[in-house]
Amino acid sequence: MSLWSWWVAHLMKSKARGWKLFLKTVIARAYPRVIAQQREKSWIFFDVFLPMLAVSAYVFIYRAIGAPEDYVGFVVLGGAMTAFWLNVLWSMSTQFYWEKETGNLSLFIMAPAPKMAILLGMALGGMVATSLRAGTIIIVGSFLFRVRYSVFNPPLLAVVFILTLVALYGLGMMNASLFLLWGREAWHLASLAQEPIYLLSGFYFPIKSLGFWVAVLASLIPLTLGLDAMRQLLFPSGSALGFLNVYLEVAGLAVLSVIFLAAARFLLNYMERKAISEGRLLEIQR
Amino acid sequence: MKGRLLSAWRAFWIATWLGWQIESNWTDPLLFAIYSIIKPIASAAILVVMYGVITGGKFREPIFPYIYLGNAFYIYVGSVMTGISWAVIDDREHSRTLKYIYVAPVRIYLYWLGRGVARFLIGTFAVLVTIVSGVLFLRLPINPGQVNWPLFFASWGLGVVMLALLGLILANVSLLVAHHFFLIGEAVAGALYLFSGAVFPLEVLPSWLRPVGFIMPITYWLELIRRSLLGESTIAFPTLASFSNFELLGILLGLSALFGTNAMLSFKLCDSLARERGLIDHTTNY
Repeated sequence: MSLWSWWVAHLMKSKARGWKLFLKTVIARAYPRVIAQQREKSWIFFDVFLPMLAVSAYVFIYRAIGAPEDYVGFVVLGGAMTAFWLNVLWSMSTQFYWEKETGNLSLFIMAPAPKMAILLGMALGGMVATSLRAGTIIIVGSFLFRVRYSVFNPPLLAVVFILTLVALYGLGMMNASLFLLWGREAWHLASLAQEPIYLLSGFYFPIKSLGFWVAVLASLIPLTLGLDAMRQLLFPSGSALGFLNVYLEVAGLAVLSVIFLAAARFLLNYMERKAISEGRLLEIQR
Repeated sequence: MKGRLLSAWRAFWIATWLGWQIESNWTDPLLFAIYSIIKPIASAAILVVMYGVITGGKFREPIFPYIYLGNAFYIYVGSVMTGISWAVIDDREHSRTLKYIYVAPVRIYLYWLGRGVARFLIGTFAVLVTIVSGVLFLRLPINPGQVNWPLFFASWGLGVVMLALLGLILANVSLLVAHHFFLIGEAVAGALYLFSGAVFPLEVLPSWLRPVGFIMPITYWLELIRRSLLGESTIAFPTLASFSNFELLGILLGLSALFGTNAMLSFKLCDSLARERGLIDHTTNY
């Protein structure tokens, strides 16, 4: 028995309440996210390989049109962050929809565990598992395309990265409740939120290029501010191409984190009540 | 003979109808139309912004229509090729109807090809909208009076058949793999995007990777499409400049025949293995 299995089994046996129950649930839900994804080795390959293909294509486009080398770094960083966006879309936002389709959702609702802890566990597990993939994309991409970084302020960079993830997964937790009410639309809406978000959030180019007001609107998606701030802190030309001052972007991310997490809590309770009253928890639309 | 043809046509037609229902009836027609064009338009817009940022908006340079048209017609690769292979996973894992289709008196590969038609139609709509947008807003140099229409329709038709055959090969492989969900189609489409010179001339690739592009039929197909729509300006790129249109058509025809043979042979092999291993109704709940 692995240490993780022992730890989870130990927590499950104890009759915890309050914050202990909350913690137990978080760990129990994060566990399969971290462990199961590493068990299916082919997923790790595809999770790294697919974004690398897109990253490579965008790098070669920039090279074909003679872009400065910093743009290659922008693409590698953007490509790594797509791993987080895809995880939030397909493994957070749509998760309750999947659970409903496979019949697990009613078990979640019946269990004495706090639903917010289930979402938090999914988010933490997803963050850890996806960080490994994003890190691999950064390392492989930087090595293949000889990306040069100039890290100006490592502590601030760490703060930006963590706040970006908190706000992003907060958004995912909020969306999970919304997606609960959808049937087959959930799949299509998640699919729709890929390329348009890559465009709006400036995954492969400085968001400033889209104009001030579009960038302001796009800042509602945490990756917009997060990516822009990280570029400013990682690349020599980053600050010249940046949208806002980094500290302002950090403040924006902090505000988004609070709003999304609070909204997630409110919507989760609201949607659960609504789904129960409308009899949608067991509804499966194939 | 006539009875067989009628039976084959009926299977193909019913699969086409079913595919269309699955793809489109989750929402109302207007929302479906918007959904169908937003993704491809966003993909094209990413490239347009990247190009515009670096070149300062020089959309009249020959490289821009090269990138734009390659990306626009690449929509077919995702829709036709991935659409056909996706039908296997969708029927087996999601609808769980593959076993019923297997016991029905239909030729299964005709059924899969039929399932791909819906995505082909949606893809055609997206390609049209992307190109018309390019002509209207970015002054893409396509003059209907100067387009080589016979070459365009010949290469377009041959290309669609070639993509359907590639999709059939992927469908055959999908029969044997239960754990990879939709990743096979995406991985192959991503690799082809990178190696077929869809959005940058093959000369940009490292020399050791270029041969991969030369064995891909999509490379020749996209070159023929560009030549037929843009005329002389495509000669600015030396990749396939030494080949005449007729030679390119011949290569595309030869490679399509090769893939067609491969599709039928791999179907026999994969179908037999899937039956032997009990994979026809295998579900993973991923």
